Amino acid sequence: MKNERTKQEEKRAFENKIPGKGLSRRSFFKYMGAGIATYFVWTDYLASGILTTNEDNFPASDQLSSWIHLSASGEITVFTGKVEVGQNIRTSLTQVVAEELFLPVSSITLVMGDTQLTPYDRGTYGSLTTPQMAPILRKAAANLREMLLQQARQEWKLGEISLDMEQGMIQHPNNGKKLSYGDLAKGKNLLQKMDEDVPTIEPSKWKISGTSVPKVNGRDFITGKHRYVSDMVLPDMLYGKVLRPPVQGAKLKRANTDKAASIPGVQVVRDGDFIGVAAKNSRTAAMALASIEADWERSSQVSRDQLFDHLVSSAEKGETINPQVSRAFEEAAHKIEQDFEVQYIAHVPLEPRAGLAQWTGDKLEVWTGTQRPFGVQEELERAFNLPGEQIRVYMPDTGSGYGGKHTGEAGIEAAILSKATGQPVKVNWTREEEFKWAYFRPAGLIKVKGAASEQGITSWEFHNYNSGGAGIDLPYIGSNKHQEYHRSDTPLRQGSYRALASTANVFAMESTINDLAGKLGADPLQFRLNNLDNDRLEAVIKAAAVEFGWKRTKTNGNHGFGMACGAVKGGFVATFAEIAVHPESREMKIIKAVTAFECGAIINPRHLESQVTGCVLQGLGGALFESVDFKNGDISNAFLSSYRVPRFKDVPDMKVILVNRKDLPSSGAGEAPIVCIAPAIRNAIDDAVGVKINRLPMLPSGIVPEG
Amino acid sequence: MRINVNDRDYAVEVDGNPSLLEVLREQLDLTGTKYGCGEAACGACKVLINGTPTPSCITPATAAQGKNIITIEGLEKEGELHPVQKVLMEEDVFQCSYCAPGMILTAVALLENKQQLSEQEIIEGMNGNICRCCTYPKIVSALSKITQKDKA
Ligand code: FES
Ligand code: FES
Repeated sequence: MKNERTKQEEKRAFENKIPGKGLSRRSFFKYMGAGIATYFVWTDYLASGILTTNEDNFPASDQLSSWIHLSASGEITVFTGKVEVGQNIRTSLTQVVAEELFLPVSSITLVMGDTQLTPYDRGTYGSLTTPQMAPILRKAAANLREMLLQQARQEWKLGEISLDMEQGMIQHPNNGKKLSYGDLAKGKNLLQKMDEDVPTIEPSKWKISGTSVPKVNGRDFITGKHRYVSDMVLPDMLYGKVLRPPVQGAKLKRANTDKAASIPGVQVVRDGDFIGVAAKNSRTAAMALASIEADWERSSQVSRDQLFDHLVSSAEKGETINPQVSRAFEEAAHKIEQDFEVQYIAHVPLEPRAGLAQWTGDKLEVWTGTQRPFGVQEELERAFNLPGEQIRVYMPDTGSGYGGKHTGEAGIEAAILSKATGQPVKVNWTREEEFKWAYFRPAGLIKVKGAASEQGITSWEFHNYNSGGAGIDLPYIGSNKHQEYHRSDTPLRQGSYRALASTANVFAMESTINDLAGKLGADPLQFRLNNLDNDRLEAVIKAAAVEFGWKRTKTNGNHGFGMACGAVKGGFVATFAEIAVHPESREMKIIKAVTAFECGAIINPRHLESQVTGCVLQGLGGALFESVDFKNGDISNAFLSSYRVPRFKDVPDMKVILVNRKDLPSSGAGEAPIVCIAPAIRNAIDDAVGVKINRLPMLPSGIVPEG
Repeated sequence: MRINVNDRDYAVEVDGNPSLLEVLREQLDLTGTKYGCGEAACGACKVLINGTPTPSCITPATAAQGKNIITIEGLEKEGELHPVQKVLMEEDVFQCSYCAPGMILTAVALLENKQQLSEQEIIEGMNGNICRCCTYPKIVSALSKITQKDKA
């Protein structure tokens, strides 16, 4: 009985996620059109249980991960809840499917991040698409291939012999006849749960994966045809704007919206503390917003100059430290105790948040650029107290995120305005809004105590206040370690950022390791290699060292060499930097930066190189000059003219080496390569002039302070 | 008021003194031109006004009267991409591509003014445009390709 109910519930839950009436064979094909399809449930992948292939036993919606459909006209459509924010997974996932089906990439369409059409997905973050979604789609495509071969054998009344497939055709072994995939799908309603045991093509035999297939919809972007959410238009659409507090933490006391309401074509929407306006163009909406007179109650807020004290004093109580760690530190001959300060930085996605909403009766559609369309659907459920199946969130390929678009603010605002006005409303955030009302990469204070002898690391105590626990594990051998992340009260709203806290943690770690090597009079490269037990990390270090020429003599007395390495989210990275400090002006210049990266078997070398380059250069901003300035709730550099991001002129002479490990599963690359550039430069500055800069950003003015 | 965009004349409304960017995007539905900062700091909104790359976000629409405006939508001629678009696509330069229209128009003007450009000149000429995905090195190397082609 109990089982029965669960099944029913699962079925209902799943039906909610696709149009028509759920994934019964009939209704699925009614929606998709006749054809052949495979679907995949997470439980298979996670090996946490085996579902029967019994058709009545539908997977719960959050267990379903993807499906692939072949239509009678031969079109392949892949459905995945992952989204494209510029990391080019639309291309790499297409490659993976094309490979298994012996099809050109052009014959495959990916439907991504549409909560009604694609299976539930927690979000596109954490470098999970390549290690998790790519193998699933590969397997699902291989299943489809096997189903097609089976159909062909039946059609031709052949036994279990192998058949050749090429460019969407299956070849008869002896009579020269051919069947297209579409022919085989005609009039069929074949739906099958994916079988884990169907083999996929070996990486050594890849023809499409492993090659630099160009961005699949590249032409649309280069011609300006692609519509980001901020570009979308619906009939009768209004442009919306929302009233913001003057500073963080201010509460609305009263507001007079009469002037705004008197402007022709302007609708004012008030809902508790929410005040917004909608008008037929954004200029009118902006004028209406500016005409609102509002009184705010300000509360005192922590300012930047109190930040680090505040993070430590507000931190939750820590764990007890193993006395062995402390004793080893006390007794060590070579030791270092130092703090690292990490400022808040902003993601600055070039497309600020945008949301477009439309109500049809009690059904809501929202288009928004988010890394978590299903998360936004849940936010909307809560905001409007609506069941999920009445809300559809679409996520067209978006103007980047870098971890900064996990939320759905603009979409919710658009939905509130649309509900009140009865017309579709688009809310495009301004750059200033994006700076002030999105969220930041956390600031942090890191306290490190490290000791080492010729034999290795003898004591390691590492406390990260507020920035996070990601990448906190020291990769070097040593048994006396205490590594702890302390939650604190953050004065500014904070959230995910490319590589999370790994950037901060690796910075503190790799700087301290560098300094310990210095104390011992050891070569920092050799010291690391002696104390690592990680082949993959060692391999990238060596590859980068050779390319960089670590052993060469410096051409100039004011030059310095520095290096850093890190293992983050399945990626292994090492960066080597040569810098120069001008003897009079003390200006720092990067002479050369070499990064080696390995993340298993490479699916698309060109796009991978682009990700690594992008990470290193974006990391350069946070390393050298990016930081959020704030005083008593006011963000004072909320513009691109005052918040500096890397530009063409900031790009140093740089080289990226990709280490391809065809024998290892592929992992993501959008995060790990960001972590090493800061410590490599920091260590190079130390090498050049003996100044240890233990803060991020290191050189807001570009000038190295006197030691 | 009338403005000329991509060799076509359009009647536009300029009540409230909208920026050229707003007029292009909201009245003419030419949304290839992007907003990135609103203060001439990122280059996402650049269009060519009489051949000069100009941030449309700080240009009042009225200032464009009587001038020739080219937007990203106007570069493709009879299905044929502009050489700058072509090389950036062939070299598969962009990630999210949000910066692409502004980058392309800036580069078009740069190459129009001077057929042969050193890498340094490309960097100087493009420095007003931000690519937040930091695809800079590939943009420079792709553009260098067509300036080299011209040399040959
Ligand atoms: S939007 Fe005009 S320069 Fe940034
Ligand atoms: S490719 Fe994303 S901003 Fe340039």
